[in-house]
Amino acid sequence: MKAEEITKILSRKTVGIAGCGGLGSNCAVALARVGIGTLIIADFDVITVGNLNRQYYFFDQVGRKKVTSLKENIARINPDVNVIACDLRLIPENIPSIFGGCDVIVEAFDLAGQKEMFLESVLGAMPSIPVVAGLGMAGWGMNDTIHCRQVDNLFICGDEISEISPEMPPIAPRVGMVANMQANVVLEILLKNE
Amino acid sequence: MMKILLNNNPEEIPGDSISVNELLKFKNFTFKMLIIKINGSLVKKSDYESALVRDGDDVHVLHLISGG
Repeated sequence: MKAEEITKILSRKTVGIAGCGGLGSNCAVALARVGIGTLIIADFDVITVGNLNRQYYFFDQVGRKKVTSLKENIARINPDVNVIACDLRLIPENIPSIFGGCDVIVEAFDLAGQKEMFLESVLGAMPSIPVVAGLGMAGWGMNDTIHCRQVDNLFICGDEISEISPEMPPIAPRVGMVANMQANVVLEILLKNE
Repeated sequence: MMKILLNNNPEEIPGDSISVNELLKFKNFTFKMLIIKINGSLVKKSDYESALVRDGDDVHVLHLISGG
């Protein structure tokens, strides 16, 4: 498929991204670069200095809302992308109305409890929409443990083992690998059967 | 004895059926944050006590770990 054909197909697609931290910000930027038509991004958090070791923000954006800053960063990369920024906490009650129109949804939360809440909500309320989750990317090295696998409409990217801890922080290279792997799976889903 | 697929691996479990909670205990799955699917359908956390796994079922237990 030629680059122009890919862009044409992707420009008609909508992708939802739940969480704009290490996974969400990097995945959103990768999807913006390839020309996804609409990105729906959701997060309630503000940027801290500690986020800059892996998240797609800049030092002068510290203290500002993640969704607002990510929307600005995407506009500087590809102004053709329509970014819908949702500055809120995702809960089971608002997830279907925010992400119900998406072609694919990316799970990009930090904490396991949030991942459980989100995946249970999406798989329960919108089982026909493919979901791409990030599971296990703390630490460094171990390139060959990162994988992707599919369980029905749920795609899992990561090593499924490395949980964050004080000794195993999430840092740019491995978080970026999983975030880009999620974006790659999104493209695979969107370009299939086209 | 019933035969199920658990995370793509064949398993033999005593009895004719077992609740999801009993299966987790039997397999010593101590993770708190999970996504469980039986034959492609999500089992909500609130249903782990009542949802039953039966002979021939295809069960996925996904462990959710922090990081992102």
